[in-house]
Amino acid sequence: MNTFVEEVAATPGGEHILSCIQCGTCTGSCPMASEMEYPPRKIIALIRAGMRDKVLSSSSMWFCLSCHLCSCRCPRGVKPSELAHALESLATQHGYRVKGTRTPAMYRSFVNSIKGNGRVHEFGMMLMFYLRTNPLAALKMLPVGLKLLLHKRMPLIPKKVKGKEDLSRIIQKFREVRSN
Amino acid sequence: MKQYSYYPGCSAEATAIGLGLSVEVIAKPLDMELIEIEGWTCCGSTPYGSVDELESIVVAARNLALAEKAGLDLVTPCSSCFVTLYRAHIHLIDHPRLMAQVNQALAVAGLAYHGNLRIRHLTEVLSNDITPEVIASKVKRPLNGLKVAPYYGCQLVRPRYGTDDTEFPQSLDRLVECLGAEAVYFPLKARCCGGALTISEESRVLGLIRKLLDNALENSAQCIVTPCPLCQTNLDAYQSRVNSKFKTHYNLPVLFITQLIGLALGIDSTSLGLNTNIVSPGIVLEYILRQEVKSGA
Repeated sequence: MNTFVEEVAATPGGEHILSCIQCGTCTGSCPMASEMEYPPRKIIALIRAGMRDKVLSSSSMWFCLSCHLCSCRCPRGVKPSELAHALESLATQHGYRVKGTRTPAMYRSFVNSIKGNGRVHEFGMMLMFYLRTNPLAALKMLPVGLKLLLHKRMPLIPKKVKGKEDLSRIIQKFREVRSN
Repeated sequence: MKQYSYYPGCSAEATAIGLGLSVEVIAKPLDMELIEIEGWTCCGSTPYGSVDELESIVVAARNLALAEKAGLDLVTPCSSCFVTLYRAHIHLIDHPRLMAQVNQALAVAGLAYHGNLRIRHLTEVLSNDITPEVIASKVKRPLNGLKVAPYYGCQLVRPRYGTDDTEFPQSLDRLVECLGAEAVYFPLKARCCGGALTISEESRVLGLIRKLLDNALENSAQCIVTPCPLCQTNLDAYQSRVNSKFKTHYNLPVLFITQLIGLALGIDSTSLGLNTNIVSPGIVLEYILRQEVKSGA
């Protein structure tokens, strides 16, 4: 049985976790650190302490904005922003239900939109996201949505994409190849 | 005429239509031929990587394979697409086993990726191929000291896939200045705008947008310019949300760099999609017009 840190290190994005020296440059650089229960330095410490459930059920990595300031500044090449995506990916694949953030639901709506249309259809994606999480919040968002609509920035009907079927076939095949 | 494989990205057709339109109309006067990749699909996107890392790479790889087949550099005006495509490319090269699996999947559509593609951001192409000097020589309507805050956002400069500095980049400043405008001191020019989390975590990220607007105004900017579709949408469409949350009165136009270049090239504002900007760019247009009248008189 692999330890949690080995599992993370074997996930794309988590490869460099063992190089961390806990200097805290990542947390000091993170614009969302104050929103996180476990900011980057701490979450790395938790992973290395084997706290799998605590880490994967945490909302912390879902607040990562992918600004990559931590990854560029890290003196050890750990790439904490890539690590955050590795953790999100692990949490999703192992079915962890995360409390305190709507970002996982937004990301899933995003991916469904891509699979359905071949490209992101922003209106459909946002509608799906609000209906799934909080339809009342959709009302609050109406002014922004309307502004985008009135400025011709929110097409209601998705464009027909020529490569859509090819993309579906490629994804399907990739799943078969991966599971073998 | 320099030729490129053009990858617009999903937002250039919708929320960032002003970007898509302005790129298309400035290409020709700048001697660029942007040949749209036929049948391109989503780049793989940041959210996809958080849901299924490896599958997002195969989504990217389809586009990479299409572009590689065409034999030209891939150019995208979207900063997030740039990072996603570039990242997938590096990942495939570093992991031959994954490359083999991806190619097995691509083969069902008669495609293959060999890792020989050059992936580039439009801003970098404008800076290094077209060059500010040549752009300056094509300016018909100099912007005469218009004070512009050049906002790079994150993905153009981080992670280190581009050619510019990751924290104090200069390329966009030079593009602004070659048009006759003044790039104001803007220390937050490569700090985050909140990214996609404006959708899911608005209340937690509006403060980031406020800091950027505040920093630009403190340094006397008359407008902000950015190459990034998501940054533009956040700073422009959410400016009124910032105002209602923080009781502020920001009314700062946010243009795409390609729109500003287009104005200096003498292209009309509708062709540049300036009517799709939410905070009215009227003060910028008036300033340019006033300067033109002054210099004509």
